[in-house]
Amino acid sequence: MVKILYFAGLREATGQGAEEFALPDDVRDVAALRALLRKRGDAWAEALAESKRVRAAVNQDMAAGDTPVTDGDEVAFFPPVTGG
Amino acid sequence: MPVRIQNEDFDIGREVAQLRRDNPQVGAVASFVGVVRDLNDGKTVAEMTLEHYPGMTEKAIEEIIGQAKGRWQVYDALVVHRIGRLAPLDQIVLVVVTSAHRGDAFAACEFIMDYLKTQAPFWKKEKTPDGARWVEARASDDAAAERWQTKD
Repeated sequence: MVKILYFAGLREATGQGAEEFALPDDVRDVAALRALLRKRGDAWAEALAESKRVRAAVNQDMAAGDTPVTDGDEVAFFPPVTGG
Repeated sequence: MPVRIQNEDFDIGREVAQLRRDNPQVGAVASFVGVVRDLNDGKTVAEMTLEHYPGMTEKAIEEIIGQAKGRWQVYDALVVHRIGRLAPLDQIVLVVVTSAHRGDAFAACEFIMDYLKTQAPFWKKEKTPDGARWVEARASDDAAAERWQTKD
């Protein structure tokens, strides 16, 4: 299982803030996980579309598409940050 | 290396006094305060809500401070960032850096702020007359952070 968190506009668009997710064997990185989540339906496909600027973090470090994801990880998806 | 995320307002005088207390080697203190404006992208802003990623936000800012300490001669640095509901005129963020000399203090303070804008997970949602909207990230903020990158 991995824990997946969604923040800001992504949380609102998907209607989901946090979930426990069973990671299929063939999903080994952030890009593959994002692609799999897109298959959940229109809202997910739209919010996580490749054309959208979506940032990700693995275990609370900024991640890229090829950052590995393994069981027990905390993965987060969110829009580009706008603090300060 | 103090990092605080809080709902409450902060007192810059008190924070500066606390950070440089009992250190006679400090010859320069640089600080930056970010404040809520009533206008953004051509629309009136009545109120905003700031959201963050508990845990990662603190960690990201601590890493930014660590990088600043590696690049400049810095004794200490403090970042206080507010979350929750804020209105125009409210303070949002405080960065304070203590150093022996002003050059290091100014540079480190600006570096921390530029990196915080692009690396620390915070998101702003504004209330405008047309409804609520998430603030879009700015290319100018990415450019501000990129200019600190060294060619090595």
